[in-house]
Order: sequence, then C-alpha cells, then structure tokens
Amino acid sequence: MTKQQANWSPYDNNGGSCVAIAGADYCVIAADTRMSTGYNILTREYSKICKLADKCVMASSGFQADVKALQKQLAARHLIYQHQHNKQMSCPAMAQLLSNTLYYKRFFPYYSFNVLGGLDNEGKGCVFTYDAVGSYEKVGYSSQGSGSTLITPFLDNQLKSPSPLLLPAQDAVTPLGEAEAIDLIKTVFASASERDIYTGDKIEIVVVNADGIRREYMELRKD
Amino acid sequence: MFRNQYDTDVTTWSPAGRLFQVEYAMEAVKQGSAAIGLRSKTHIVLGCVNKANSELSSHQKKIFKVDDHIGVAIAGLTADGRVLSRYMRNECINYSFTYESPLPVGRLVVQLADKAQVCTQRSWKRPYGVGLLVAGLDESGAHLYYNCPSGNYFEYQAFAIGSRSQAAKTYLERRFESFTDASRDDLVKDALMAIRETLQGETLKSSVCTIAVVGVGEPFHILDQATVQQMIDAFEIVGEQEGPAAAAGQEASAEPEAEQGGAAAGEGVAPMDI
Repeated sequence: MTKQQANWSPYDNNGGSCVAIAGADYCVIAADTRMSTGYNILTREYSKICKLADKCVMASSGFQADVKALQKQLAARHLIYQHQHNKQMSCPAMAQLLSNTLYYKRFFPYYSFNVLGGLDNEGKGCVFTYDAVGSYEKVGYSSQGSGSTLITPFLDNQLKSPSPLLLPAQDAVTPLGEAEAIDLIKTVFASASERDIYTGDKIEIVVVNADGIRREYMELRKD
Repeated sequence: MFRNQYDTDVTTWSPAGRLFQVEYAMEAVKQGSAAIGLRSKTHIVLGCVNKANSELSSHQKKIFKVDDHIGVAIAGLTADGRVLSRYMRNECINYSFTYESPLPVGRLVVQLADKAQVCTQRSWKRPYGVGLLVAGLDESGAHLYYNCPSGNYFEYQAFAIGSRSQAAKTYLERRFESFTDASRDDLVKDALMAIRETLQGETLKSSVCTIAVVGVGEPFHILDQATVQQMIDAFEIVGEQEGPAAAAGQEASAEPEAEQGGAAAGEGVAPMDI
C-alpha cells in the first residue's frame, strides 16, 4: 500500500528574476517581464514590480497569483497605516510588515520570492531580501528568482561589501553612482537571459531617489 | 423636549409613536459645532467649525478622509464619529480589495444607516450621537448625504448640521441653485461664507474652520491653513468693497461680521494634525 500522492499542486512557478541594488541616495529595483509556466511563455509583458509606498518598491518572482495576492494585502494594510498615522510607511516599516505577512502563512506559504527596495527615513538606499516564509535581512544588493544563481555571483564580484561583523561598522550600500548601478543591472540581466530560459523579453527598471520614482525599460533576448 | 415616562430606553415607544431616545440622540447632533457640505456636478466641499474646549487645548478632528473618493464631516459626539469613520474606512478597503474598484457612496451610506438602525432596536445599545455629512464621488456623479442617528439618510445639494446651523442653512437655501454648475473655487468660497454665517459675529479665520474638497480628478483632501486663509482674504476684499485691503483689521461700520484679513496677530487654537 503506497502512500497517497497529491494529483495536483496549488502552486506553479511563473519564473523570472528580480534584482535590487542600494546606493547612497538611491535604490534601483529591476525585474524581467517574462511570465512563463513549464516550457511555455504566458506573456512577455508582465510587471513583477509593485509600488507599496512613496519610497518603497517590491519586486517578486515565483507564483504570480500568490504575488498578486500578497501585493493586494500589503496595499490594504498600507492604507490602514496611512489612516492611523497620517503618513506613508517607511521602507524599514514595510519590510517588517512584509515579513510578518509572509510568516502569517507559514503553513501554506505565499510562493513568492521578494526583494524590497527603497529609501529609509534618512534618504539612504536600502534593500531587503526575503525567503518565502518571511525570513529577511537588510543588504546592499540582492537577487531572487530563476536567474538568481547566475546573477548573485556576479553582483558579489562587483559589489561585495565588507562583512557586517567587522568593526568599525561598514556601510552595505554601494558607493556606485545611480547611472553605474543601472548599467550594472542591464549587464547582469543580459547575461542571465543568455543561459536562464525563464529570464528574457524585457527588463523593467525602477529607480527610487529623492526626486521620486522613475521607470525605465530595456529589451532582452526573446528566446 | 421634556422628560417623560417613555424616554428611559430606546426600546420603548411613546403613545404618540415616538422613540424619545433616538430623538435625544439627534439633539446631541444639534449641540455639536457646525459642519456644512455643498456639492456641484463635479465637486463636493465639506467644512466645519473648529471649536476647542479651552484656550490651551486643540480642537477635535471633525473631518475624516474615508477613501480617495469619500470623506465625512461629523457633528455631535466626536468619539462616535471617529468609530464610524473607522468602520467606513474598513468597508472601503475591503470593497476595494474584493472588487478592485471604489465603493459607491450610495452603498456606504446604506450600510452606515443600517448600522445606526441596529442601535435603535436593541435594549443594550444606545443610538450613535453623531450626524454625518458624507461626501463622495462615484460613477454616478458627486453626492452629499446626511446620515442621522435614527438610521435615516438623505441626499442633499447642500446641508448644514450642528449648532447655529440654521444660519448656514438659510444662506445655502438662498444660493443652492447656483451650486450645480459652480466652479470648484466658488464652491469653496460658498462653504466659507456658510461657515461665517454660523460664527455669527466671530471673525472668520483659517484657524477657526477646516475645509475639505473632493472632486473629479481631485482625491479627497483637507485644505491646508495657508490656502484657506488666502481664500478668506480674497473674498473678504471683494465682498466688503472697503477701501484698502483689510490687512490692518479695518472694521466695517454696519456689518455685524467685521473681518480681519490674515492678521499676524490673529491667534486661534492650533489644530492637532493627527
């Protein structure tokens, strides 16, 4: 008598990669726009990036239905926060909220691999990286999704900051300028789309700085 | 209204078919400081008088943003109003979440009215002691509703509630026909004039009143003091037709409402921002 197996899964992986890089006074968040299932492409123009607050943007790869549900939850909670506090949520506050929201579903998780990017209360760039159940960490840069294994080593090579355990405390944010960080993102996605079949079509790049939020696109390989 | 043997609880009818507790709740609305609302085809303006308990305290918040397309001004027991605003905000958020579209105002006021009605038919509850002027924009246009403690609601072109609201109502009755096609700024001016009527002699300053606007292409927001003071100054000068601008506080001889335009010495109680 063999153990009964499920004949369907509530989850699917829609693929794609997300990257975020924090700078001294800016933050760049990028994701490709391909949505796939198995070996098929569902659409070449799907946005994985969501603006959660004035200075806080989230990119998520994984199961996009769960990602959409997660984004809606956070947006509703942000509205409540605004009504109660009369101001927008800061990026670190949103980071904690995201972590709590994910852990709330610890035993039926959101299949969503998130990077949160934005400016903290002092205007410095910050990036938070998550697993599916809400474990998170503030870092200088991060990558999630199907291309992350190709992207992260490259970012480590270019951006690796000294260990946070060192004294005196060193900043995790990159000394790179905004334009250079965007160039790096474009390079990194171009490389990832060469070898990762789930990454390609287009990159959506969102830049958060003191002037507000700006969006750019770049074409990638369609194969 | 005098005390009688049928007014002890809300579940007792009087022989004349009245629920006295509900009527007493409506009295509470009349005791609160004034709130007014008026609407055109595309905009709704809410205004209220800021009354503070003492020189030292701040005034109570009487206008609440409920959603981008809905706001509410209250008169009466502001604590009850605060609780109802929280309910309204929740309903809007839940509706948006489920239907990805804004809650139609007409639906919200019915829910509010039903909530109020429950309190008129339970022996362990009391009616809400607050009247709400709900201003909202939806697909069917601009709307202004009045919800009262009895559980009734009415739609209005313009209305005023609270103490000395009759003066404002008289002004609005005179002018309401011009509201439908009025411009946004004219609507705000009319709101300020209506508030001035309820002040009955007191100077109209931006520290004494709060104005909020919602309209097509304009999400609900409370105007900041500087903007309001500017508008007061602007129509003061035009309305009074006095010689030089009233910066130094020139009194008009016959007018009961003598105004001082934005004088630096004009101190009102500072409103709390939250």
